[in-house]
Amino acid sequence: MVIDEMKSTINITATKKQFPYRKNLMAWLQHGDRIWSLLLWLSGLLVVILVVWIGWRLWIESAPSRAEFGWAFISPWAKASWNPALDKFQAWSSIYGSIVTAVIALFLAVPFSIGIAIFLAELSPAGLRVPLNYMVEMLAAIPSVVYGLWGIYVFLPTVVVPIGKFIAATAGQIPGLAIVAGGHMPVSGLSRLAAALILTIMITPTIAAVSRDVLLAIPNSQREASAALGATQWETIWKVLLPNGLSGILGAVILGFGRAIGETMAVTMVIGNTTGGGYSILKPGYTMASIIANEFAEAVSALHTSALVEIGIVLFFLTLILNAIARWLVWRVKKQVMGE
Amino acid sequence: MAQEIFSQVNLPRVYRRRRLVNKIMLGLTALTLILALIPLVWIIVYVLIKGGRHINLDFFIHLPQPMGTTGGGILHAIEGSLVMVILASVFSIPPALLAAFYLTTHDSTPLASAIRFSTDLLAGVPSIIVGLFGYAIIVLAQKHYSALAGGVVLGMIMLPVVIRSAEEMLKLVPPDLRAGSLALGAPEWKTAIRVVLPAAAEGIITGIMLGVARATGETAPLLFTALGNDNYEIGTMVKQGIAHNQSIFAILGRIFEQPADALPLTLWKYAQQPYPERVEQSWAVALVLMLFVLALNILARVWIARRRSALQ
Repeated sequence: MVIDEMKSTINITATKKQFPYRKNLMAWLQHGDRIWSLLLWLSGLLVVILVVWIGWRLWIESAPSRAEFGWAFISPWAKASWNPALDKFQAWSSIYGSIVTAVIALFLAVPFSIGIAIFLAELSPAGLRVPLNYMVEMLAAIPSVVYGLWGIYVFLPTVVVPIGKFIAATAGQIPGLAIVAGGHMPVSGLSRLAAALILTIMITPTIAAVSRDVLLAIPNSQREASAALGATQWETIWKVLLPNGLSGILGAVILGFGRAIGETMAVTMVIGNTTGGGYSILKPGYTMASIIANEFAEAVSALHTSALVEIGIVLFFLTLILNAIARWLVWRVKKQVMGE
Repeated sequence: MAQEIFSQVNLPRVYRRRRLVNKIMLGLTALTLILALIPLVWIIVYVLIKGGRHINLDFFIHLPQPMGTTGGGILHAIEGSLVMVILASVFSIPPALLAAFYLTTHDSTPLASAIRFSTDLLAGVPSIIVGLFGYAIIVLAQKHYSALAGGVVLGMIMLPVVIRSAEEMLKLVPPDLRAGSLALGAPEWKTAIRVVLPAAAEGIITGIMLGVARATGETAPLLFTALGNDNYEIGTMVKQGIAHNQSIFAILGRIFEQPADALPLTLWKYAQQPYPERVEQSWAVALVLMLFVLALNILARVWIARRRSALQ
């Protein structure tokens, strides 16, 4: 920058009558700018260090568990057991819970989110756009515990239990599907399905907002060209805009997946918190986040604590990778669009 | 106009089909939005009705009663939230602003890319993991739960939110302002603090408001850092401190060193208790928490939108 080049000249000329040593010191400090840039640099570095530090610290804290259980800890094929009384820990049940709830939530949330993004970016009348954007953002801003409270006492009895009964009566009767959709849901509705449905509501605004931004970043010339060829508005959206923003929208979806995996409180409140439950989505279970939230403060032994931290590491690296991929995809789209 | 003319012409089948598909699909996108907003309205209305019944002055100025009895308030949670959010702001805002200044003045250095990337990653780290980290570095070292530990983890939650919005807002400041100040001989730091920062202050404050809203609503990181404390009351602690002739630092130390409660933490605990009075109260806590967080969010967003349109 030109300004930065000029600065050095300015600093030399702007010296007052002072004691010589002070003059030298101020000149060396560039009138405080050296300290300032050091502060800027350190603060910036802090953010980078923080991410590394989290990973490193969790790695250290989980050492006893890693030494004791090895890779079998996270293996789907190892004998599943989570028994604090016997100091035997195996995390697959909670990993499965995280994956299955997040995947169901994603499947349900993606069509909704993309529909919302299309409406907000392409169709919304100008007067409605701002209030609707606010409402979608409010949906994302409601604290997780409030979702959980509403989930336990309102959403579960009115929505989840009937859906659970329906699934048990239909998919649960098909021999192959009975493993994942069989059995009876508890009367309270506390189950993996409940967690998945709450997550759907919670990640929809995230995916919708990022997808909307991706669509808005696509230049108008694309829309005009498509319309000039005689395409209807839907054809423009489906065949021009969505393929154009595909990698960005994929980024939004992965971001939503990361959110769903890491979401803690609402899930802990509705998933039932047990390490049993087999594979059925109608049964209560655990996710990685909820087992930590539920057991960490009352962990009975050092190995128990360490095993929970190891689950934390799995969760941390999983979200780290998901976020990195998502950011890269969204960033690529924006760069592509800017470059045109 | 064109629509009316077209509708009178007898179009070939394929065109009619395409127009039908167009209408149906566009209608479906509107439907998705309406369906997604149902939970929003449902939650807000339900919490307002259910929680509104228990809101009165006593609820805000009393500590909780023993379990199983009626009455009692959430003063401990309000004060705990206040203390921890203030601590979080003190820990996170200065480095966040400095990092944002770094990003605007060193736009494309490798460290700038690393900072942006790390900020995004930090924003994506599940809050429960931040809680584990806070437990490992503070609670284990101090050997007890404390408001201080809660403040640090909430600060880590706020950090990426504030950095991102501050960077965006600092970028909106016209570069001429900076150039003018530097040309008058002001050093870089004075320019940043006295010229650039005031010009972007409004936007930065909105970013801080979003960060505070986020930190206030977080429960997971506090579970094993602040833990919870039904008797957390600043007034009593200050009075006791004065009675024992303690210095202000000793009193502040007591406030920061004790385990503390927070609104979302209280809500979480109350919601799962077998006593119906507690569950009823949890709706009132939800109401207070939700209104505070949503009001901060809306205020901040309206403010940002206004500022953007004023600058463009």
